[in-house]
Amino acid sequence: MLAMHRTFAGLLALAGCVTFGTASEALAQKKIIRSVPIGALKIVDPIWTTAYITRNHSYMVWDTLFSLDAKNEPQPQMVDAWKISPDKLTYSFTLRSGLLWHDNTPVRAADCVASIRRWGAKDGMGRALMGFTDKIEAIDDKSFRLVLKQPVGFVLEALGKIDSNVPFMMPERIAKTDPNTQITEVIGSGPFRFLKEEFVPGVKVVYEKFTGYVPRKEPASLAAGGKVVKIDRVESVYMPDAAVAIAALGNGEVDLLESPANDLIRTVQNNPNVFVRPNDPLGYQLFMAVNHLYPPFDRKEARQALLWGIKQAEFLEVVIGDAKRYQECVAVYGCGTPNESKLGSEALASFNLEKSKALLKSAGYGAQPIVLLDPTDNAVLHPAALVATQTLKRMGMNVDTQAMDFSTLTQRRASKNLPSQGGWNVFVTNATMTGIANPVLHTYSMNCEQAWYGWPCDKRIVDLSRQWALELDAAKRKQIIGELQRVHMENVTYIPLGQYRSVIAYRKNVKGMIASPSLFYWNIEKE
Amino acid sequence: MFSFIARRLLATIPVLGVVALVVFGILHLSPGDPAALIAGDHATPQQVAAMRSKLGLDQPLWEQFGAWIWSVLHGELGISIFSNQPVTRLIGQRLEPTIALTITTTIVTVLLAVPIGVIAAWRAGTWIDRSVMSFAVLGFSFPVFVVGYLLIYVVSMTLGWLPIQGYRNLGDGFGPFLIHLVLPSLALGISFMALIARITRTSVLEVLNQDYIRTARSKGLAMWQVLLYHALPNAAVPIVTVIGVGIAVLIGGVVVTESVFAIPGLGRLVVDSILSRDYPVIQGVLLIFAGVYVGINLLIDLLYVALDPRIRY
Amino acid sequence: MTIATTATDLLRRHPSVLIGAAILCAIMVITAFAPWIATHDPMAIDPMVRLRGFSASHWLGTDALGRDVWSRAVYGGRVSLAVGLAVALFATSIGLAVGLVSGFNRVADAILMRVMDGLMAIPAILLAIALMAVARASVTTVIFAITVVEVPRVARLVRSVVLSIREQAYVEAATVVGSRFWRMLWRHVLPNTLAPVTVQATYICAAAILIESLLSFLGAGTPPEVPSWGNIMAEGRTYFQISPWLILAPGLFLATTVLAVNLMGDGLRDMLDPSIARRM
Repeated sequence: MLAMHRTFAGLLALAGCVTFGTASEALAQKKIIRSVPIGALKIVDPIWTTAYITRNHSYMVWDTLFSLDAKNEPQPQMVDAWKISPDKLTYSFTLRSGLLWHDNTPVRAADCVASIRRWGAKDGMGRALMGFTDKIEAIDDKSFRLVLKQPVGFVLEALGKIDSNVPFMMPERIAKTDPNTQITEVIGSGPFRFLKEEFVPGVKVVYEKFTGYVPRKEPASLAAGGKVVKIDRVESVYMPDAAVAIAALGNGEVDLLESPANDLIRTVQNNPNVFVRPNDPLGYQLFMAVNHLYPPFDRKEARQALLWGIKQAEFLEVVIGDAKRYQECVAVYGCGTPNESKLGSEALASFNLEKSKALLKSAGYGAQPIVLLDPTDNAVLHPAALVATQTLKRMGMNVDTQAMDFSTLTQRRASKNLPSQGGWNVFVTNATMTGIANPVLHTYSMNCEQAWYGWPCDKRIVDLSRQWALELDAAKRKQIIGELQRVHMENVTYIPLGQYRSVIAYRKNVKGMIASPSLFYWNIEKE
Repeated sequence: MFSFIARRLLATIPVLGVVALVVFGILHLSPGDPAALIAGDHATPQQVAAMRSKLGLDQPLWEQFGAWIWSVLHGELGISIFSNQPVTRLIGQRLEPTIALTITTTIVTVLLAVPIGVIAAWRAGTWIDRSVMSFAVLGFSFPVFVVGYLLIYVVSMTLGWLPIQGYRNLGDGFGPFLIHLVLPSLALGISFMALIARITRTSVLEVLNQDYIRTARSKGLAMWQVLLYHALPNAAVPIVTVIGVGIAVLIGGVVVTESVFAIPGLGRLVVDSILSRDYPVIQGVLLIFAGVYVGINLLIDLLYVALDPRIRY
Repeated sequence: MTIATTATDLLRRHPSVLIGAAILCAIMVITAFAPWIATHDPMAIDPMVRLRGFSASHWLGTDALGRDVWSRAVYGGRVSLAVGLAVALFATSIGLAVGLVSGFNRVADAILMRVMDGLMAIPAILLAIALMAVARASVTTVIFAITVVEVPRVARLVRSVVLSIREQAYVEAATVVGSRFWRMLWRHVLPNTLAPVTVQATYICAAAILIESLLSFLGAGTPPEVPSWGNIMAEGRTYFQISPWLILAPGLFLATTVLAVNLMGDGLRDMLDPSIARRM
């Protein structure tokens, strides 16, 4: 009786809050990709945040002036033609014709100028470029120019960069938003339209093919080439539980997992309807950050002790577990990139516990606790933190591993306090290879106060990085890279722990994925 | 009666005030900086500071609290730091799944637990009593996510009877809506049946020991008739109470279940928000939860009066 | 009849208390002797033998970091039982104090009960997660967070018992005659509240062990380096298809413990006055 009462009341309550569902009959005719993204999309503004989930979302909606191709060369995307003046100071760009915003107004040069300015105020490479820039202005509706104070070698690389923040082109009224305020309108000129009504932040985002998009004629290659859309709709639904997500793929409830859990891949490997393959040509680099302000790691010897005491394979095995998808790598700017170098890296490449302990002793380390930050809600960094704990213990250190959520870590790592008073000594984190592949992009390209967390002081790195940015000769650039690698290793300002590639898993009837660090939905077909 | 309701309504104000203060205090005492999270790995300290000031997080705490309370009093729950959308809109989007899951779970739990409790009371002290009660407690002995995985593994993956995950709006049709709710509510129901089975057993047992039941039995009424028409209705009050108290416990379980079955409900919204320090969202959702809890308990007090003539206010 | 025979008699009529206590004792012995029963250091990581199945060196295989599952399950009991018992102890003692004060003092009652209502109105798990965010993740923080969540329930129970006892004729009479407050508390109130509070304590103990595991599941529990049944399951949950023992080993330990504690609670409740049992 009571139960019935409650049931009835419940049904009434439900009837009261029915939301407008999508008309399933009409959808049945369309080609829909149901995918599980790499994370929960909450922020829609790719300039406001560097989160990769936001970057990936933005590639659907917005387009770029240049974009990298599979050889990591910048190729024109929205730009039709460009000219560099003989003094290498003035870059003039002309836009392709037929470019339309999703509200069907044409893309103008003024929109691009405003977009570059907003990006240039936030992004690391953008700020570097703006530092060398005299002015940037529209010439007419279709063309604009960028005038430099002195010639630099990375203008097109910056405009075509694929790592956050990507300089996406937005309508002028949106691009005029303060760079520290999130935009509210998601209107771009990219191949997909963002469906505002269906967006549930943190859960679901839906895109529809933008019929007004005119793709380039070239074949698609990484982010460059023609973005030809062959499906009608993409429903991207985040699933917090990795095991359930992979089971749903096995069952055909979803079409594609952008980042399936590494250890679970084997559960679908024998499923005839599922494919698993690496999609990111470069992947990620894992690295250890140490605090240079406090003992023992204020001493170079203690930091060098780490290099001798680390076994990269242990970190990679725990994080990835599949030897085919990781490689030990000592190069600060990554292996397999144009800036790979191994100069002066013997200590990191080999393992010698005695040497490590001896160096630690000569650094005057007694038994003071080493504070190690462990972000327990991060599936990659948490196991890596536990391996780091084990590594330091093996070296004879007294490790205080502090568990916290990633949000707390992002605040803790910024603290310059004593490790015993809310500061820290060590943490492990990762970066995409595209984000560290050269000295301008790299996490540690600044010095002391301005440096990234850990605050290493080595003026040589700043000087060499600047030299690299200004150098136009390829051979000399390579030489500078070698010197940078040697300095990084000698002073131990950066400790790479190896690199790894993630995979995507998808149903067999989905085809045409482009290899890229961000999964693109153009060129994809569904049979 | 009317003044009773009025008094009870007034009494909810300080309770909600305490909730507001506790939640705000806890959150702003905790470390973690949404500005740093948004600005990302390559941001300079100056950029993070600029972001913080744009978000209003550099204001004194009491001013932030005042501003929040002021907007709550005007029916506004603020704007999410991350998604930049009104908290009321975010809650609105997530309301249906959570309400649906709570209701179906309550139904499933009652359907499982009341018969168990009645059977245990009927055969009190025997091995039947002990085994059905142990069965109920066994469900409570595993964390709800383990029960969820086992159900997914057996029912969906092995037998292929039900979808593994997901949620369909009621607007998309009642069939798909219900099918997607079966496993999650079963997982939760199995976890909570012990609570209700136990109180059902005690209450029915108490009623069975009373004189009028003995009279009814001696008049030749079958045991099932006695149980169904006399014992159970009279045992309703305590059972309803436990269901009311259980709602708060249930909402906790819903949080976990929503994560396992990828249901886009309020529980996930608030856990995500706690981990990323999206203060306005956490404050808003917890205030809503507290309001619902207070409201349900008010309703239950009223039900008492309706169900049990001995209770007067 | 001596106290001893009364006790044995009661136990004969309510064997579940005995059975529950026996099982609990057995589990406590296993965890107490963990260093001898375990085969490995429960925290030792060995990345090269991850997610292995049963073997002579790893009886229940290894987890995702190559740690020994059997050893972790055995050691995990220490944390889980500590959390359960500590929360039960602290929550009931604080709850008892709060309940007694508000049962006897009207002003304190008005304030304390509003605070208790407020705490109760926030879903337990969410309040616990929020509390976990404040302090450093440790076993102590977990105990603190779950205690805060459980105190209001005990306080409410105690308060209602106190109020009902105060209304009873003999207590009123005792007060009128002028026997001292402490005497009344000692003679009438405490004996009548201790029984239901003890029963409540067993349920809180079981609930705390479970809440600890849910906190770990949501990423806000005990530090994952330190094994507890809850966080072994939470960490191993992703692998339920590959290495089911990661969930099952600690799960069976935990289920047995919760079952035993519940048996004790139910038995104790049956031994007591049904009017008290009614409030459970």
